[in-house]
Amino acid sequence: MKLISYVILGAGPAGVTAAETIRSLDKNGTITMIGGDPEPPYSRMAIPYLLHGSVKEQGTYLRQAPKHYEALNINYRHGKAGGIDTKSKQLFLANGDVVLYDKLLIATGASPIIPKVPGTQLPGVHSCWTLSDAREILKLADKGAPVVLVGAGFIGSIVLEALHQRGCDLTVVEVAPRMVARMMDETAGGMLGRWCTAKGVHVLTGTKVEKISEAAGANGATLSVGLSNGTSVPAKLVVLAAGVRSNTGFLVGSGINVNYGIHVDNTLQTSAPDVYAAGDCCEAIDISTGKPDMLAIQPVAVEHGRLAGMNMAGKVTPHRGSLNMNVLDTLGLISSSFGLWQGAPGGDQSKMIDEEKFKYLKLEFLGDKMVGAQCVGLTDHVGMLRGLIQTGLHLGVWKERLMESPERLREAYVEVSQGTAARGAHVNAPVAKVA
Amino acid sequence: MLKALVIDPGKCTGCKQCEMACSYENELEFNVSKSRIRVFDFHEQGKMVPYTCTQCAEAWCQQACPVNAITTDAASGVKIVHENLCVGCKVCTIACPFGTINYNASTGKVIKCDLCQGSPACAEACPTAAITYQDVEQAGFDKMKMWAAKSGAASESHGANAPVAKH
Repeated sequence: MKLISYVILGAGPAGVTAAETIRSLDKNGTITMIGGDPEPPYSRMAIPYLLHGSVKEQGTYLRQAPKHYEALNINYRHGKAGGIDTKSKQLFLANGDVVLYDKLLIATGASPIIPKVPGTQLPGVHSCWTLSDAREILKLADKGAPVVLVGAGFIGSIVLEALHQRGCDLTVVEVAPRMVARMMDETAGGMLGRWCTAKGVHVLTGTKVEKISEAAGANGATLSVGLSNGTSVPAKLVVLAAGVRSNTGFLVGSGINVNYGIHVDNTLQTSAPDVYAAGDCCEAIDISTGKPDMLAIQPVAVEHGRLAGMNMAGKVTPHRGSLNMNVLDTLGLISSSFGLWQGAPGGDQSKMIDEEKFKYLKLEFLGDKMVGAQCVGLTDHVGMLRGLIQTGLHLGVWKERLMESPERLREAYVEVSQGTAARGAHVNAPVAKVA
Repeated sequence: MLKALVIDPGKCTGCKQCEMACSYENELEFNVSKSRIRVFDFHEQGKMVPYTCTQCAEAWCQQACPVNAITTDAASGVKIVHENLCVGCKVCTIACPFGTINYNASTGKVIKCDLCQGSPACAEACPTAAITYQDVEQAGFDKMKMWAAKSGAASESHGANAPVAKH
């Protein structure tokens, strides 16, 4: 039998998981994984922890065992995507190399959006996306250094924590009326803003950056950031965290359908036969809406990678959809959101708010199912929210109990999920499996 | 032989010795908020349910970890958090649909049940044998499947996200 040649374009969580999944199902095929960065496959998500010094670069690597890829006979090489000819099944790399494939996975991820304002190309202005960005940021983000962070969305807020821990004099500028506007509501975003302000971060929401210019100032400032409120803030370092966009530019002219991300069917195959897509570069099903969306988060990239790998290796496994979810630690205040946190039409909600203690829990229901949730200052057993939402369990009597006391969600989960253990002994043993 | 915690809530009196033993064994303090096993109190029915990690065959926490800090012990199948690698990002805590891996603010890392390297303190401390440590086959694979069928995760009976009992 002819050996199948699998090619994986991208070496983030989606690409690496796909490569490992394929190898677990096809011992003989050749697997080539092509990464765009010069380092071993690493996690962008871990970069903030590199910035605040809790890990070294190696601590960001997706797999820690030396020779992990060699041991699995996965050929890891470097290169940037140039284009694809889906008829002759050729992948072109930017350096002119041609790679033939039988099955191709596009897992090219996303790139930071650079705000369209003057001055973003100046020295001292960086995104926080690659290890190379991190090295540049580390050169400038010293204790007391004036730093302007552009964007207080999910990624911005994680970077915020790292810069604050380095002792930077930090100003965060967010165009939306609150922090993490795409992850949580006004109450939660307001709590985060108050918390960060109390910890000494200058939080400017509802404010735009209009230009960045060169201007020497105190404490090593070489830049001046002009804001829509008419003021300007000096900076030694400006970090851009204004969202990300799927990396699909190289597909122009390939015939592969692309919207914001690459279109895929429920086996994660693109509009071209034998070409699949996974992770931040694609729009796959959001389990909450049943519609395609770009859910640029680590667990979704891994799910996509795993499913794409199974489908590529011939184990046809449809994707039911992934759950949007995020968890964030802003200077010790931990928040999370799941699914339709903004609520569902025709649904109802219950909430517990303690502004003084920075605690907030809001549950969203549709009928007697939970469809979304947000938490601030609550971390215990928080994964149960995913369990309840993703499985769509009927809450029965627990719906009314949760409407009265949302903080009883853990009891609700245990009883509803185990169908009450009153029926007898259960074995607390390996049962669940991620597919 | 794979061993597992077998929990019989019908025998649980809610004494919380398991929580105390767990926290002392793992955190060297009697602090039930740091216990990896938790007893849920259903006061409407006068029922107590001890609850902890099921050591999933292919675990959601492990899959979601961005830095390979959760690995499987080959002999026991236990999922172990390596503190030196954990960056404290907490993605596993939202990815685990059972809610059994949790953030420990005093270390900045996550904690989960690791069956105390083969002699679970909770089972040793339980005065009523509501928590026992048995080999899985002896405890009955059918019962496990029953539990799985009742559990939330197993309601995704097929498709991408369906859990599969380990054979």
